[in-house]
Amino acid sequence: MLRTTILAKYSPITMMRLKKNIATSEEGFIFNPGTGDSFSTNPIGTDIIKIFKDGKTVEDVIEIICTKYDVDQKQIEKDLDDFISQLKGYNILD
Amino acid sequence: MTKQLNPLANSGQKIVIAVTALNAVDSPGPGVAVIRAIRECPDFEVRIIGLSYESLEPGLYMHDIVDKTYSIPYPSAGTDALLGRLIYIHNLEKIDLIIPNFDAELFNFIKLRDRLMNIGIRTFLPNLDQFEARDKIKLYEFGKKHGLTVPRDKIIYQVRDLAEIAEQVGYPMVVKGKFYDAVVANTLEQAQRAFYEIQAKWGLPIIVQEFITGTEINIAALGDGEGNAISVIPMRKLYITDKGKAWAGITLDDSTYIDLARKFVEVTKWRGGCELEVMQTIDGKSYIMEVNPRFPAWIYLTAAAGQNQPATLVKMAFGQRVLPFKTYEVGKIFIRYSWDLITDISEFQKISGTGELDGGKKSEVRNSGCGKIQFDNMN
Repeated sequence: MLRTTILAKYSPITMMRLKKNIATSEEGFIFNPGTGDSFSTNPIGTDIIKIFKDGKTVEDVIEIICTKYDVDQKQIEKDLDDFISQLKGYNILD
Repeated sequence: MTKQLNPLANSGQKIVIAVTALNAVDSPGPGVAVIRAIRECPDFEVRIIGLSYESLEPGLYMHDIVDKTYSIPYPSAGTDALLGRLIYIHNLEKIDLIIPNFDAELFNFIKLRDRLMNIGIRTFLPNLDQFEARDKIKLYEFGKKHGLTVPRDKIIYQVRDLAEIAEQVGYPMVVKGKFYDAVVANTLEQAQRAFYEIQAKWGLPIIVQEFITGTEINIAALGDGEGNAISVIPMRKLYITDKGKAWAGITLDDSTYIDLARKFVEVTKWRGGCELEVMQTIDGKSYIMEVNPRFPAWIYLTAAAGQNQPATLVKMAFGQRVLPFKTYEVGKIFIRYSWDLITDISEFQKISGTGELDGGKKSEVRNSGCGKIQFDNMN
């Protein structure tokens, strides 16, 4: 069975960049000053965004989150794929 | 040498500014917000004269906002009636500047601009050509002429024209009155009903406009009359009332909107405040849906964001050269709220009976709910 994972979609060394001027807080609040949209995310989402902001790769995100939260890598890959799709859909990621 | 802004500064007197549109109701006029912004400017002292059309405009009774109010005749009474009343008020108050804020009254004030100046009353308004060029009825032609994106529309005088237009613009279509009101119609029957309802309220013609979907952005701009936009603040409505008015909004950082407003001010050489109502489509087009020829009701947000447009207009009206603002705070939010202002029947009686209301006396009427009730004397 063919299974699509985030690592098949994006190269492990892909860096996700937040769009220009996107403001984020440590509490998980995200504000897009170009559209006026604001969002809130949970602690894992906050961590992922911080890791992206630090210029880390998709592979780094998976490794850091797996270690910190002690969850299955396949699950993280799937959830990260969904999360990135949401962020792109909301014009937060380039 | 720096130009003295306040010609009365040496005499210790205040600048006297008359302001209209004190109807701070659920669909508010801009007057109270304009005054609030002006009063917060540290560069001059002001005495504010309210000009009212109705006895129950809340601004009349806000005595920390308005120092004295005079009623003025409805716009339909014409320029002579307005001028006569303004001369009477001017003789008492020595008005330095009038800032009118209602669409429907602007024609009269613009017509009187030179005559007011001759008796010492300044205004800072567009001329009649500029004012009429952005009229709803001419907006499509205006956009075509200046390369601005506006929705397709048709001006009609007969209900039977709707069917033919529907073939061109499709459904839904927007049926609009020449002054106010807009209805989105999904069928010919809905469009016909809207036609008759709007005709009954605002008369003919009726504007039928292509329906554009997207995000609604409003832009407050201030032009110097020479093609320069001195201030531009874009805002997105966060909460909209059933009448389509913003109840909350946030300042945005997007150069598309700044450039659009600058272009509008440049091609029109707009003098004074204005508001562009813009629809930003998903494919990135910015349609100008309407241009309001005066400050919007949310104008205080410009002061809160660091570009006090009303106060800057005052400076320009007094001949001060003002450089365009370069920065503002993004993410500033306004949230409108309702407040039950308490006043006396005596105040209502004064403005209704004499057409004048002093702002000096604060209401003492209180019913604390503890049994003590005190009334002011009627006088």
